[in-house]
Formats: sequence, structure tokens, C-alpha cells
Amino acid sequence: METYQIYSLTSAVLFVIGLGGVFISRHFIKKIIATIIMGGGVFLSFVSFAERDALTFADPVPHALVITGIVVAVASAAFALALARRIYQLTGEESFTKDK
Amino acid sequence: MTDLLTSPYPALLVGLPVLLATLSLFFRTRGKALVGLLGCLLTAGLAIVAFIEVAQHGTVIHILGGWEPPLGIMLRMDSLAAVFIGMTAVVGVFISLYAWQYFRADESGPGEFPLFWPLWLFLWAGLNGLFLSNDLFNLFVTIEVIGICAVALAVLSGKTTAMFAGLRYLLAAITGSMAYLFGVALIYGSTGTLDLGLLGQVLEPGTTTTFALLVITFGLMVKMAGFPFHFWLPPAHSAALAPVSALLSALVVKGAFYILLRLWMEVFGVSITYAAGQLIGLAGAIAVIWGSWQAFMQTSLKLIVAHSSVAQLGYLLMIFPLLILAPGVTADSADWLSPAWTAGIFQVIAHAFAKASFFLSAGLIIMALGHDRIESLRDLVGNMRITAMAIGLAGVSLIGLPPSGGFMAKWMLLKGIFLSGQWWWAPVVLAGSLLTAGYVFMLLRLAFAPAREMGTFKPVPKSLEIVALILALGSFLIVFPADYMIQFLESTGVFGSGIESIVEGGAYGND
Repeated sequence: METYQIYSLTSAVLFVIGLGGVFISRHFIKKIIATIIMGGGVFLSFVSFAERDALTFADPVPHALVITGIVVAVASAAFALALARRIYQLTGEESFTKDK
Repeated sequence: MTDLLTSPYPALLVGLPVLLATLSLFFRTRGKALVGLLGCLLTAGLAIVAFIEVAQHGTVIHILGGWEPPLGIMLRMDSLAAVFIGMTAVVGVFISLYAWQYFRADESGPGEFPLFWPLWLFLWAGLNGLFLSNDLFNLFVTIEVIGICAVALAVLSGKTTAMFAGLRYLLAAITGSMAYLFGVALIYGSTGTLDLGLLGQVLEPGTTTTFALLVITFGLMVKMAGFPFHFWLPPAHSAALAPVSALLSALVVKGAFYILLRLWMEVFGVSITYAAGQLIGLAGAIAVIWGSWQAFMQTSLKLIVAHSSVAQLGYLLMIFPLLILAPGVTADSADWLSPAWTAGIFQVIAHAFAKASFFLSAGLIIMALGHDRIESLRDLVGNMRITAMAIGLAGVSLIGLPPSGGFMAKWMLLKGIFLSGQWWWAPVVLAGSLLTAGYVFMLLRLAFAPAREMGTFKPVPKSLEIVALILALGSFLIVFPADYMIQFLESTGVFGSGIESIVEGGAYGND
């Protein structure tokens, strides 16, 4: 098995774990971590494709895309954490309940 | 690609709102609002000028900084993009005018929210960028900009319900965009390009393409609140401030729909089967019935309007089965394509006007009553004549009664359905209209009913009522330039095209 295939498979597994986590868990922080895991999977898949196409050096375009993607993902995660913290301060709740 | 006219407008449409939004951050409360409003007016004016440019010269492009794709970014404004940008400008400018007055109405108003202005301008830049984007990764960046701004706007009021709804909205938005990006990674991995035009030519059917289509469609369905991923929309849209609800429902969800339409029609043609179209149509049909029924069951005005958005978005998904042709049918012989496209575009525009008006009117009712429980709407007609009329007109357009834009959309949808012989969608369209009539007439019955107690309505600014009424009237006026608009859209060749599905097989199968 080539190196990039291990990365690709890992990325798919991470994506699915994250996706499941977002839907299954109720706790705010768990949900946010699940989206970050999803993101990790996606970025890893980009990088693994760059590795696969490498002749003498790795394809730079996916790396550029991943950098942008990471910035965006960090911003979203920070925003989500800020919201979760604010909800905790206002209500003391830390997870979604059935009616909210 | 180089034979298209280069114009500065596409770049300005994204750059100007970003610049003005950043500028407004340096001012205090009142200054922010002033710069914000001026920015909105300027952006809207620019959008109209750009629309005229496209109408005169056809598709225009702009290559940012002179860096040619694939290294640089190319913005491309064709007639479909021009129509969406024009719609955003017209609806957006009225919502901005309303917001300006709404936040200044000190006594009964919600107070001032100066951050509304920079966020709305960033959102506008994101929407314009999305309509102009021509590659998959740019689309990802713009939907992220839109998503973050939209959530920030939704939680602006700082209320607990809005916070919960906002966090749920944000998590759905992140999940949607990550799924979309995963699809983009697969596409890039298999083709080495992200350009939409190029992908349409080089993409080959296969398991990878099919899987990419699946995750991208899933991501965008979450973002546009398509059934069964609509759960986040009603709480988020109903808990926000009135102008924000109007923006979210009228414009933001259309962004994801636009990408879905573009990708299905222009890029993934090779991988889409007849059955896939039927499946997405089924999701739309369920959304129409389920959303309308839920709206009918609600007891607060804003929740009714928010659930109605789920249903109205369902109609948009119902054009997909008509645009995907069965094997052996060519686009030239399929005479239902033009009605189906018209239905889709008019549904987008009519819903934008009507829903914006509906949410702005609901905001006025909250301003007058302090809450939006529908049993207090008694004698609305006696107290707030103009708002009652706006709700009535917007409701008529949502139901789809003539001569509204909503009628045009639903009539064309039915025409397309019957011409294509896919009669099983017709009862859904009719039942959806009937259920919509149910909740609109329920509201109007209360509005005309005599009051039980006097003096519950506090006075609201007339100018706000008039803005809501103008938007409601707008959903009727759009039928007048219909002929012109259809010709304009047909000129680029996007309109009236369909996917000739070459592949037979299961829902997404090519193998």
C-alpha cells in the first residue's frame, strides 16, 4: 500500500467519525470537536492527493487550499466556542435538549 | 474564455461592500449606521449598473490582479448571476432602509444594533462573491463568509433562544461546508482542476465523481435547509431581529440553492441520473407538504413565516426532476425546460420579495404588541392597515394566486410538470398551495376579526409599514418584466438547458 493511500483512508475515516459525532452527540463542545475532526479529515484528503501527484515535489495548489480552509475552520470553531460559552454563561446549559 | 468582455464591476461588487464594512467598524454607533446605510445604497446602485452592463454586453469577466486562472481567481457575471445579484440589491436595499428606521425607533423598537451594518455588508459581499464565483474553492470560501455573517446576525439580539438557534445553525453550516469541501477535494484529486467550466468538460463518470456529487449535494442541502435537513431553519429565522429574519429567509438560503443549481446543471451532468433528479424532487415535495403543514400548526407569527420558508424552498428543489431528462430525450425536444427554469427563477425572486415583506411586517407587529402570538392579531386591519395589507399581498404571492410572482412560478412549474409527463408532482404543488392558503387565511381571518380589548396596539412608524408594503407589491410587479427577463436568461444558454442523462441505473449509480 502506498503512503498516500493510508492518508486517504484515514481522512475518510476521520470525516465519517466527525459527521457521526455532529449528529449523535448533544453536548456543545463535543459537537464542535466533531466538526473540527471532520475538517481534519477533509484537509488530510487534500494533502494526500498532493502527495499522490508528486513527481519531484508535491502539488502546491492543495496546500494553498488547505491553508485557506484551516483559517476558515479555525474562525468558525472560535465563533462556535464563543457562542457555546455565552449560552453557558446565560443559562448554565451545556448541551442541546429536546425542546431547544 | 478570453473573448468575453473584461469589466471592473464584478470585482467592485465584492470589494466595495467589504471596504465599506471595514470602514464602518471605525465609527461609533450612529456613524456605523450611517456608513452602513450609505454602503448599502452604493452597493445596490453598483449592482444595478453591473446588471445593465451584462444586459448590454452579455457575460462579463474580471481576472483579479491580472493573475490568470488556474493560479488567480476569475469572477464571471453571466445573466443568471446578474439576476441573482439584481434581486439581492433590490430586496437588500429595502431591508436596509427598514433596518435604518427600525433600529432608530427608540420607544417601542428593539434598541440599536450598530454591528448589524458591517455584518450585513460583509454578508452582501459574500453573496455577490458567491454569484460571481467560477471555481469550486471560491464557492466554499464565499459560503463560509455568508454562513458566519448570517449566524452572527441571527444571534445579534443576544436573547437565549436566538443563541441556541444560532449555535445549531452554525454547527449545521460548518457540517454542510465541510461535506462540500470533502467533495471538492475528491473532484480536485480526480481531475486536478477546480474551474467550473473546465470541470464540465473533463469530469468523467465513475465512483469518485458520484461520491463527490453525493457529499456536495448533502452539504448544500444542509445549507439551504432542504428536507430532511431543515431542522435548524425555523428556530434560527424566527428568533432573529426582524430585518435579519428577512435577510436570512429572502437571500441567504438562496445562495446554497444557486450553487446546487449551477453544479448540477453545469458540472455534474455526466454523473446525474434520472432517478437522482426524482430523489431530490421527492425531498422538495416532502418539504412543501411538511413545511406548510408545520406552518399551519404554529401559534406564533414568526414561526409560521419561518416554516413557510421550508415549504417555499421545497418548490425550488422540485424543478430538478424536470431539468434532468430521461435517457433518449434531447434538450431540443424537451419543451418543458423553459417553463421549469422560469418557475425556478420566479420562485426565487417572488419568495425573496414576499418573505422579506412578511418578516418585516411580523417585526412591526412585535413592535406594536410586544409579542407575536397570533391570537392577538385581532383587529389588525383597524389598527395597522398598511401592515395588514402587506401581509395579505405577501400571503397571496406565497399561495400563488394570480397575478402575483408566486402565481407565475407555480403556474410555470405545473406547466413544466404536465409537459414533461411527470404528473405525480402536480398534486404536491396544488396541496402545497392549499395548505399555504390555510395559514395565510387563518392570519387574515384574525386580522379582520373584531377586537376583544382596545388599545393593545402601540403606534409604529408609518415609513416602516410602507417599506414592507413596497416589498409585498414588488412580488407582484416582477411579473411585468417577465418576458424581458426570460429572454435575457435565455441569451446565455444556461437557461433552457437540461441534463441529458446518458447513464441509466440506480439513484446515483453509474457502474
